[in-house]
Amino acid sequence: MRPHSRNVLAALESRDLELGLDLGSSHMLRHWRYGRDAHGVAWLLFDKMDAAVNTIDDEVLNELADVLRRLLPEHPSGIVIRSAKRAGFCAGADVGRFAGRIDPAEAEELVLQGHRVLDAISELAIPTVAVIHGHCLGGGLELALACRTRIAVDGATFGFPEVLLGLHPGLGGTVRAVGLIAPVEAMTMMLTGKTADAARARAIGLVDVVTQERHVAAAVRDAVAGRIRPPQPTLRAKIERLPALRGFLANRMRAQARKRAPEAHYPAPYALIDLWETFSDRPGAMRNEEIRSFAALLASRTAQNLIRVFFLREALRGMGETGKPMTHVHVIGAGAMGGDIAAWCALKGLRVTLSDQKPEAIGAAMRRAAALYGKRHVKSTDLRDALDRLVADPRGHGIARADLVIEAVPERLELKKALFESIEPRMKPSALLATSTSSIALRDLGEDLRNPGRLVGLHFFNPVPRMELVEVVAHEDIFDVTFSRARAFVRQIGKLPAPVAGEPGFLVNRALAPYLAEAMAMLAEGIAAPTIDAAAEAFGMPVGPVELADRVGLDICLAVADLLRQNRGTPPTPGMDRLREKVARGDLGMKTGKGFYSWSGGAPRKGRAGNPPADTADRLILPILNACVACLREGVVAEADTVDAAMIFGAGFAPVTGGPMHFARSQGVEDIVRKLMELVRRHGPRFEPDEGWMSLNS
Amino acid sequence: MQCGRPLLDRLDIGRDSFDSVILGCVNVIADEMNPARVAALRLGMGAATVAYTVQINCGSGMQSVDSAFRAIQGGQADLILAGGTESLSHAPLVFRQDAAAWFGALMSARHLGARVKALAGFRPRFLKPVIGLERGLTDPVVALNMGQTAEIIAHLFRVSREASDAYAAESHRRLALAQTSGWLDGEIEPAMARDGGSFGADDGVRPDTTREKLATLKPVFEPPWGKVTAGNSSQITDGASWVVLASEEALEKHRLKPRAVILDSAWSALDPSIMGLGPTLCATDILKRRGMGMADIDLWELNEAFAAQVLSCLAAWNDADYCETVLGLDAPLGRIDRDRLNPDGGAISLGHPVGASGNRIVLHLVNALHRMDLRRGIATECIGGGQGGAMLIERI
Repeated sequence: MRPHSRNVLAALESRDLELGLDLGSSHMLRHWRYGRDAHGVAWLLFDKMDAAVNTIDDEVLNELADVLRRLLPEHPSGIVIRSAKRAGFCAGADVGRFAGRIDPAEAEELVLQGHRVLDAISELAIPTVAVIHGHCLGGGLELALACRTRIAVDGATFGFPEVLLGLHPGLGGTVRAVGLIAPVEAMTMMLTGKTADAARARAIGLVDVVTQERHVAAAVRDAVAGRIRPPQPTLRAKIERLPALRGFLANRMRAQARKRAPEAHYPAPYALIDLWETFSDRPGAMRNEEIRSFAALLASRTAQNLIRVFFLREALRGMGETGKPMTHVHVIGAGAMGGDIAAWCALKGLRVTLSDQKPEAIGAAMRRAAALYGKRHVKSTDLRDALDRLVADPRGHGIARADLVIEAVPERLELKKALFESIEPRMKPSALLATSTSSIALRDLGEDLRNPGRLVGLHFFNPVPRMELVEVVAHEDIFDVTFSRARAFVRQIGKLPAPVAGEPGFLVNRALAPYLAEAMAMLAEGIAAPTIDAAAEAFGMPVGPVELADRVGLDICLAVADLLRQNRGTPPTPGMDRLREKVARGDLGMKTGKGFYSWSGGAPRKGRAGNPPADTADRLILPILNACVACLREGVVAEADTVDAAMIFGAGFAPVTGGPMHFARSQGVEDIVRKLMELVRRHGPRFEPDEGWMSLNS
Repeated sequence: MQCGRPLLDRLDIGRDSFDSVILGCVNVIADEMNPARVAALRLGMGAATVAYTVQINCGSGMQSVDSAFRAIQGGQADLILAGGTESLSHAPLVFRQDAAAWFGALMSARHLGARVKALAGFRPRFLKPVIGLERGLTDPVVALNMGQTAEIIAHLFRVSREASDAYAAESHRRLALAQTSGWLDGEIEPAMARDGGSFGADDGVRPDTTREKLATLKPVFEPPWGKVTAGNSSQITDGASWVVLASEEALEKHRLKPRAVILDSAWSALDPSIMGLGPTLCATDILKRRGMGMADIDLWELNEAFAAQVLSCLAAWNDADYCETVLGLDAPLGRIDRDRLNPDGGAISLGHPVGASGNRIVLHLVNALHRMDLRRGIATECIGGGQGGAMLIERI
């Protein structure tokens, strides 16, 4: 006798989506299914071939036009557009179609074709309804905006992420968004790329109604019958559309944009603001100008590099194989790093036990976890569930149950080895043992283990919730299965795994160390901190080196620098004494309120930046490149693209450059080497070009 | 008390002969933390009779029968009084948590200054009560109220508003017929209130309602497009029910005439958001382990939490995919003839005192089997929180 299923809900899941049609008798093209329901309403179901999520490209839109041509002669009473994929409505344009498009005329033609399809939909006399569940982003949102009514299903999210790729909406989204909702609201969405959930989308008028999947059929009937009243323009929208205010609002947006994205590196926000300021009274002209501006941006270095970054992220994510997911993680050490790793894993659905010798440290970690979940707007039931999964375990019972034990105790070799000796016999034979060390060689840590093959490094970056990269560290004795399961785990918790070899410093810290050290040297030379930071930020770094040191913590910077010098024999840089003095005095940076800057409210108080010496940016950036080349030569990282991805997502290396190696190649390797030689001559041997540059010479 | 006293008076058994008293009750009021014990003592069962209360939400009244059944089956007891009760009209109005905190601060303020300061913290919103009942009917794990869970399964099995209203109208018609035909005599005892009111029958029945009238009601849980209305949901009412369970030995000893035997019982659980499908799991478990099919069951009492929920269960049993992937059956169990389902109405027309209903449907199944001259029946219910209970009964 077979028992009844343990998971009834999962067995019924496929019935939930209301597709309006009997799929057996519907028509199917490559990316669209279509047919008419019993009420004469035509349903167009977006179901992109061979894809888990829907994305828009020219083929999809041409086929949509084709479907409309076939359906309209039958005089449907209305048209519904929705996705047949569980994942959501549409994740946006197929970014792959954008890569390498540098001929603006060709791009304009492509975009224009898409416009014609969406315009045809918006000009239909019969009611058009978009039913939206899950993601509705970019081109997907533009398609939805071309419909007369938008019905959102609980859980839907809306956004214009184009700006993150150095673009702005290009399928009429700029015109339709500012026409539909309050212009500043629409512009903010397009300028920041931030998403709005269904409730927020309803509040700002982006959708007409929010309901649940179970009421979609009834909602569609009411929409087609004209019984859903669209949101009326608010007073705020009317005021923001006053021509007299437009210049003022545009300037305010520009000031906001400048804070996050300097125009020199990120032209898209400014192009979008210009577009709105100049043309928003004339939708037809704005539409044409949108096409022109979009095509020009697409050809820009910024967009092409940011598109490259998009694919670097995908590639890095792909390095986490999908396998049997971990269910239980034990974290030892409830300090800033361990506690945050534990909190993050619990948020991502794992059961987590957290131990520490000091119960009060676990308590503090619990408080930080609750604060983190609160900050992420986790709904109350999910918050409760995440905190249920995060178990304070002062006696370490979880060690024997966990699939993965992560050690996050202070960076002392003997301490870590003693810990390993006591926990290894208690672990499940199949469990992985991970260390969060950033600067100790894994071969030293693993030498006394009974089974060193299960040891792996998982190097998280601070702050854990924000930093996407995790270096997954191998060593000579690691089992392949350990390494692949560790990468899969990183992907499981929504981070990006970068496989690296177990040399001290791995990639990111080793490449950042000379950047920070050079800043110390400059300070010793008398260059002001804000001036140094401004030079790095002008290059495109999100945070200058002095501020970064303060944020990371000066004690940690010093410890890493010392360990790297001990373990790697990196040449000493001048100016470290000042760092040492500050640490001795207890001025550790942001966390103590004082480092190289004074801190209040999480922000440094900076004076005005002066004019930096001409070679300042080179002195800061080229050593990073040099270290990256050394890592490649030594095999710390296998591929140049992985170096670029890791440096962007782990160190925030200027994304507009496409990554340090891509930048080096686009500048010309010979040029970089020549500049390094010049720096050697002026500032000393620490700039000596790595011999790895030779083999890059192509 | 109102139904226990006549029941015990009908029996020629010393009240202290019972081994124990088990009572299902969901909303226990603060004054009576173990209502079973209070009832037992007030019914005169004697200070030496053990009494305990059971709570599995809407299954509590059946849980008491099952606990008694298992105790007798296991030889630990011979004679048990098992019941269910609910007085939702007594469910408390709860003060908001911030109001409670304010009151706590006020009470612990030691001197005048502190007390004035605490008083100043008063906010008008503190006076707005939280309706305890409403919170009790909302699942804390999935944050859905029971009506919403009915909406979900109605969607999954494409049960229409029209079918739900038609079902509800029929429930009223059947109860009215049963009441006027005297089929509930001996099962329903008149209740008298201290203020002089007397209630000869459940007064929620609307004999003149029709599906057309019900169609005019607005959805209560998920307007504007929901299918579940006050008219096609069970009524929240007060009620109580008792049954006596005895071993064969006790039958002889007290010269009792048995009405039915319990053959089997089962409990199941599933995701709280689809709690209404609970009966399809537990009742099927019984059928499978007995090698039975729909043809072997002459009569069903399937508690009418919501019309849409009853109809979803029926649809599920007739759904090839559900029967195969969820129930582990090679073929659908099939349809349940409406004549063999809830023949005298149910919670929609009669009311659903949550702790009592499970007990009442077992009792009514026994009585209906006798009246209709049928042999075997299943009483089953969905349980808020995502569970289900079922009991297989055979008339003697």
